[in-house]
Amino acid sequence: MNKPKVVWFQAITCNGNTHSLLCSNSNRLELFLNSFDLIYHPSLTTNKTLEELLEEDINIDYLLVEGAISDNKDFFQISNDTTKNHLHTLINRSNFVISVGSCASYGGVHAKFEENEDISGVKDNIEGLKLNHEVINLTGCPVHPEWILQTLFTIKATGSIKLDNEGRPAEIYSNLAHHGCTRNEYFEWKVETESFGLKEGCLFYEQGCRGPMTHSNCNKILWNEVNTKTRVGMPCIGCTEFDFPRENLFETKKHIGIPFEPPLGVPKRAYLSLAGVAKTFKIDRLNSKLIED
Amino acid sequence: MSVKEAKKNNIIENSLKLFSKNGFYNTTIPDIAKSMKMSVGNMYNYFKSKEELAKYAIKYSTNILALELREVNNMDISSKEKLFVFTRKYLENVKKSPEIIEYFLRVYLSNREVFAEGCEGFLCVGEFVTEVMILLDEGAQSKEFREQDFFPAFAMIMGALGGFAFLSGEKVLEKDVTEYANNVADNIYRALKYDE
Repeated sequence: MNKPKVVWFQAITCNGNTHSLLCSNSNRLELFLNSFDLIYHPSLTTNKTLEELLEEDINIDYLLVEGAISDNKDFFQISNDTTKNHLHTLINRSNFVISVGSCASYGGVHAKFEENEDISGVKDNIEGLKLNHEVINLTGCPVHPEWILQTLFTIKATGSIKLDNEGRPAEIYSNLAHHGCTRNEYFEWKVETESFGLKEGCLFYEQGCRGPMTHSNCNKILWNEVNTKTRVGMPCIGCTEFDFPRENLFETKKHIGIPFEPPLGVPKRAYLSLAGVAKTFKIDRLNSKLIED
Repeated sequence: MSVKEAKKNNIIENSLKLFSKNGFYNTTIPDIAKSMKMSVGNMYNYFKSKEELAKYAIKYSTNILALELREVNNMDISSKEKLFVFTRKYLENVKKSPEIIEYFLRVYLSNREVFAEGCEGFLCVGEFVTEVMILLDEGAQSKEFREQDFFPAFAMIMGALGGFAFLSGEKVLEKDVTEYANNVADNIYRALKYDE
């Protein structure tokens, strides 16, 4: 039986999503390689070069794009052409187009480059093209490897995938990073951590944690199946949202000591009322070390 | 509002007057019952003890202020104007229903042992504190107020307003208390305003 053909096209990227893919669970990666035909990936040994791929009229089932897109040859080109022209050539032969990572989804960190204003994501570069399916955005810096695999296997099995308003798979991006965070009890009782890397305390009040307003299932499926930023004691930096990267990532924006943004969908008045009540009580257990020295 | 709730509120309103005039310890449940023309036994159908009544009373009185400040917060005016409007409303309250502020100053703040359990911290005055937070937060967001820690800013508002209610209660003011509204509001505003 013919396996679906997958092409991984790299545009303007740091390679982070490739690293992420290669860090996936080895059984899952093996299942992926056995279930799909990865005909091209620039970092892996494949039978085809990019030039051959562009010249041959091959039908691609899944085009995975890593990195931002530009039409400006002076700033960035691969194989003597712009990433935008290559993208168009490949999309014309593809059934599904999947933006892997924040840069491919909306330009990411590269879109902040002020000298070249035409850097953006795949979705911003598909004018005039006929697509069989809406571009699927897998935001994240990088994406979790399982998000890539889950998306591919879902479409392979069912022929489509339910997306949210931002074109992201709903099953993956309907959770918040906050869900499943092991620090939730500290969040409830408004106990702030003293610094990064500690077992105790919440990172939302001072350290800029974006868990309560960031769509991702990081704390549900875990990274390397072991941990997450927030579990280990570093704030979530909101890398799956379209305003990433924001300024002052490790600082909670406040006005007169009051957090600027309450958790997603919670009215500020409701949040402040509840926070005020929780702060009234000093729970000894939550203000002590989990494991005494 | 149920009949029982309305009656409860009626008892609270009467007790506020007695507590603020005679003090918490000099006011007894029979005194309050008498002012309500109720039997002492019936009083206990509404409140288990004088302490419980006192806690309900502080929530009741600060909620009046909280609702007023919420109304002001929801107005489509600048934060400076909100400060002026609220200060005026507050001083009008001091004049019209002095027992509400007097109760806060002379019972709630002066008899902390009565409120130690159940009214710790901001528990019984939370709704009002939340509205002050919203006022300050929005003023700082629009750069009308400068950035600073919450509590010094909070104390600047509450200290000035509370102090004026005290002066009014002591009857030492030369003019009608409401005539000072703009001056008091202006002083609060100058303490909070954004530094150019």
